[in-house]
Amino acid sequence: MNRDHLALSDDILMKIEKPARYIGHEYNSVVKDLSEVDVRFAMCFPDVYEIGMSHLGIQILYDMFNKMDGVWCERVYSPWMDLDEIMRKERIPLFALESQDPIKDFDFLGITIQYEMCYTNILQVLDLSQIPLLSKDRDDDDPIVIGGGPCTYNPEPIADFFDLFYIGEGETRYAELLALYRKHRKEGFDRENFLREAAKIPGMYVPSLYDVTYHEDGTIAAFSPRFDDVPEKVLKEVVMDLSSTYYPMKPVVPYMKVTQDRVVLEIQRGCIRGCRFCQAGQLYRPVRERNVDVLKEYAMTMLKNTGHEEVSLSSLSSSDYSKLPELIDYLIEECDKRHINISLPSLRIDAFSLDVMSKVQDIKKSSLTFAPEAGSQRLRNVINKGLTEEVILRGAHLAFEGGWTRVKLYFMLGQPTETEDDIRGIAELCNKIAAEFFETVPKEKRVNGRVQIVASTSFFVPKPFTPFQWAPQCTKDQFVEKAYFTRKCISEQLNQKSIKYNWHEADASVMEGVLARGDRRLAEVILKVYQKGCFYDAWSEYYKHRVWLETIEECGLTPEFYTSRERSLDEILPWDYIDAGVTKEFLKREWQKAQNEMISENCKVKCQGCGAARFGGGICFEERVAGDE
Amino acid sequence: MSDNMRLRVRFEKTGAIRYIGHLDVMRFFQKCLRRAEIDVAFTGGFSPHMIMTFAQPLSVGLESHGEYMDIEVHSVTDSQDMLERMNAASVPEIKIVSVKRLPENAGNAMASVAAAKYLVSFREGRTPALFKEDPARVNEAISEFLSKETIPYVKEGKKGTREVDLRPGIFEFFVKEDQSLEMLLEASSGDNVKPAQVLDALLALHDDSLSENALQISRLDTYTRKVSVDGILGELLSMDEVGEIF
Repeated sequence: MNRDHLALSDDILMKIEKPARYIGHEYNSVVKDLSEVDVRFAMCFPDVYEIGMSHLGIQILYDMFNKMDGVWCERVYSPWMDLDEIMRKERIPLFALESQDPIKDFDFLGITIQYEMCYTNILQVLDLSQIPLLSKDRDDDDPIVIGGGPCTYNPEPIADFFDLFYIGEGETRYAELLALYRKHRKEGFDRENFLREAAKIPGMYVPSLYDVTYHEDGTIAAFSPRFDDVPEKVLKEVVMDLSSTYYPMKPVVPYMKVTQDRVVLEIQRGCIRGCRFCQAGQLYRPVRERNVDVLKEYAMTMLKNTGHEEVSLSSLSSSDYSKLPELIDYLIEECDKRHINISLPSLRIDAFSLDVMSKVQDIKKSSLTFAPEAGSQRLRNVINKGLTEEVILRGAHLAFEGGWTRVKLYFMLGQPTETEDDIRGIAELCNKIAAEFFETVPKEKRVNGRVQIVASTSFFVPKPFTPFQWAPQCTKDQFVEKAYFTRKCISEQLNQKSIKYNWHEADASVMEGVLARGDRRLAEVILKVYQKGCFYDAWSEYYKHRVWLETIEECGLTPEFYTSRERSLDEILPWDYIDAGVTKEFLKREWQKAQNEMISENCKVKCQGCGAARFGGGICFEERVAGDE
Repeated sequence: MSDNMRLRVRFEKTGAIRYIGHLDVMRFFQKCLRRAEIDVAFTGGFSPHMIMTFAQPLSVGLESHGEYMDIEVHSVTDSQDMLERMNAASVPEIKIVSVKRLPENAGNAMASVAAAKYLVSFREGRTPALFKEDPARVNEAISEFLSKETIPYVKEGKKGTREVDLRPGIFEFFVKEDQSLEMLLEASSGDNVKPAQVLDALLALHDDSLSENALQISRLDTYTRKVSVDGILGELLSMDEVGEIF
């Protein structure tokens, strides 16, 4: 391969913003000899380079594929708007970063789908690659387009664009899938035959092999495989031993500053907490920890191989990792010698975490983060967020004593059963935290005289495979009203001057809700919206709400059907044929308990019988502890 | 100050990496030096950073064979070993050419830059009429250009335009046999002269101008000035010649 060859001309590279996004050549990027490669896999994150390069999942799979003989995995991201325009005008096919070769010449295009608002970017990538947008229009020479990631737990709105979805964790079945592909290539390739056979591999969902019929009211009447040998349900794939699977010891090091510019240490998968709004908390069950000695070794090896100046722990709830103190002590000692920063997201605020944080960050510059998600204890019980006011105030007290003066609080508006009292609770909680500061810190010790509390609210969007998957989502007007009411309540507080309030836009939350619980009929909407010029919908400056609304109407659908409609418990949901490990009975039980304001203990205290024990490992088979703080 | 030593690292930046901006090259070296386990000194404070300075930022799109970075280190092995370790931790397009120890009185890379030498050629189809003539004729035109006492030029900066005189900043400028141009230009931070500015000024005299992205530019080396014992600046000297192999 000629390392100097670039897909884009000098003229283009000199004209566009941040050409470093498109030239590859990063340290640790993998270049293979094409004469020794028989399967070429393009791995795509359908958003701009800086976002895509920050994603751990791709780095894991990139490492896994490139360890396989004869397989060369390369990366591709969404070209930014400026380059997009040039590529369309000049008919330049989208290319992979490493070889700079067109994606259309690859065997596979794998797309990780992390959020709903990137669906139109998937079409952008296919379109620029000159691959037919619809699976049914592709022929034997087109790459197999395969999707993965959290959004594929309800892939129905994008089912028409994909040949295949891989449901679950990528570490387990790709070797099998590629072996099957090689066999079919050798024996004369026929796309349909290959996909039919691929559907027999656990975790593989081939949308074209299933028929959906609808009732007159738009709900699903039946969802069924078109052939006897195609499975009725697809069970997600899970890698049970996290300590002996793939992990990238040599992650690609970008030249540009990207969002996640550090060594990422995934300490565990899954979360014991069971917050009822949280999709990740259900999808990644059962909770599995990585061995602490393995993690120590990984951290040092990855720091050495990348030269990064920061290491970050990654998990849904780091405080629940059983060996956290041991791991952090080790990292502090080793990193201190090397001038390496440690970043500790998702820690619960308590004496231990405050002590640790005071060692690894500048208290004056950093802020504390609480995520109560709801303002009242009643609503926190409904959503099963096991964080009490007492715990928050105690944590804040300790933090103020320790010198912190900035507190961030995250809430969601529009969760099931929410009343004005619950919203007022948000304001009151903020006020109490401010009062705690003034009580804790004597006047003469106050830096700048005050405390800064930033309360942020997002709008709740019900997601598949959560206990709230049946819940009606608020309408845009309701959302906006709630935000205004929150602002009003905050302005009425005694300490309102110490509280800053931010809220997200409501428009995109409505559309996220449509897509999250959508069905196959939405593919037409997404396609049309894209053809009208919409993509980068996750970037508020490019999101065109009106175009989405009018297109939904053109297709004879309504947003309300997907969002604010109350679903009955016996309705066939578009994602029912996917088995995410947690049973529908468990989700129904949790939905009932939510309505009765009853909490469920976390996995460490008591098993709630979610169904994930069938995978035969993780937390489900560990001893329970007697109680929890 | 401690017993820290200052090293001058000369490197090349070629191929696809010419599209990496200066800030990203700095970030690259911060990581590269860690990978190479060079014992770099850090500043104090809560967010310590490596003590390093770069001679002269290279514009995006240019290649260079004479880039310089000074670093402060606590300990060294020998030049060759450090060079090899850094190259093993680098990419082929960023190649370390030499690692030398700076004398104590040497100015740092950024402050002591005086000039840079460039090799310039025109992209296919973008050669102005003047440069299509034979090298002798072109050199005549250049001589005429350089014989002017002043060469006024309007620089466009972030804060608007300002008129400068390019003439004192052009030290050498001629056409080579293969029709490429070599220029030795002022490069100190306030008075930096760019090859495109010189060509613009020359072509303006011939009622011509450069077309967009017409030039392919490679920096050949960066220079400082000899400093006499009493501090008087003297002749140009490659920045590489200030340090010594160890």
